[in-house]
Amino acid sequence: MVVKNIVRELDLKVFNKNADLDLEVKGGFVGDLLSHVMGNSEEGQVWLTVQTHKNVLAIASLNDLSAIILIDKQIPDPSMLEAAEKEGIPVLGSDKTAFELGGKLFELLRIDS
Amino acid sequence: MSGITFSYKIDGGDFVNAGKASSEIKRTLKQLNVAQKTIKRVVVSLYEAEVNIVAHAHRGEINVLINAEEISITLKDEGPGIESVEQAMEVGYSTASPSVVSMGFGAGMGLPNMKKNSDYLNVESKVGVGTTVTIKVALVG
Ligand SMILES: Nc1ncnc2c1ncn2[C@@H]1O[C@H](COP(=O)(O)OP(=O)(O)O)[C@@H](O)[C@H]1O
Ligand SMILES: [Mg+2]
Repeated sequence: MVVKNIVRELDLKVFNKNADLDLEVKGGFVGDLLSHVMGNSEEGQVWLTVQTHKNVLAIASLNDLSAIILIDKQIPDPSMLEAAEKEGIPVLGSDKTAFELGGKLFELLRIDS
Repeated sequence: MSGITFSYKIDGGDFVNAGKASSEIKRTLKQLNVAQKTIKRVVVSLYEAEVNIVAHAHRGEINVLINAEEISITLKDEGPGIESVEQAMEVGYSTASPSVVSMGFGAGMGLPNMKKNSDYLNVESKVGVGTTVTIKVALVG
């Protein structure tokens, strides 16, 4: 499963133009406390969060995450978007909650494996 | 002693550039074919330490030495210092400002993350003067 597939299945918005939608998705991680995500997320995971600033991109990049999903109608700050255009890590969005998106993503990955 | 060295200057409050040192060190360790797990430990530790200067201090300097056996990182800042290092090491203890907390920093997990992901961690601090953090991670074995 790659990011493209979850964009379609979860009906996500893609905020950055150069998003690499072929990155492999190995799992998901939900968190808004940056140290929690930094210390515990793993390579290939999709990160669901309400945080919308540039440091989110730094953490996603440092931990080799596959995508960021901004939940609950959040939109990226200009600085976050700019960093996303540079890095190519997809910044995605949805009106849905982390509970709903996480549940669906979990199910998609379970069926896929 | 031979090795590769890096040096960075950090400004307090400069969240825009937080993570730059971590990102460059990550790239270097990758080029040196260091195991991914080890790189991750270095990156978590360095990122947290870098953010602590940005979030809590006025300015600081990071010096990194990489040799065949280990990476040794020293982060020296001018800032308020830490009254009780023992207390600062506790999960959940934080004096971060509300604006820093609203960004998702200030969970009080930074120093515990550093402790968990390093082979050696030393924090020396003088209140009103500054803090020096030394982190070492073995690159082999
Ligand atoms: N470089 C530093 N200068 C001054 N205080 C620091 C520094 N690093 C850590 N501290 C103190 O230690 C506390 C705990 O640090 P940490 O575990 O990284 O959590 P957080 O940064 O989320 O508050 C900080 O809130 C702060 O009071
Ligand atoms: Mg911290």
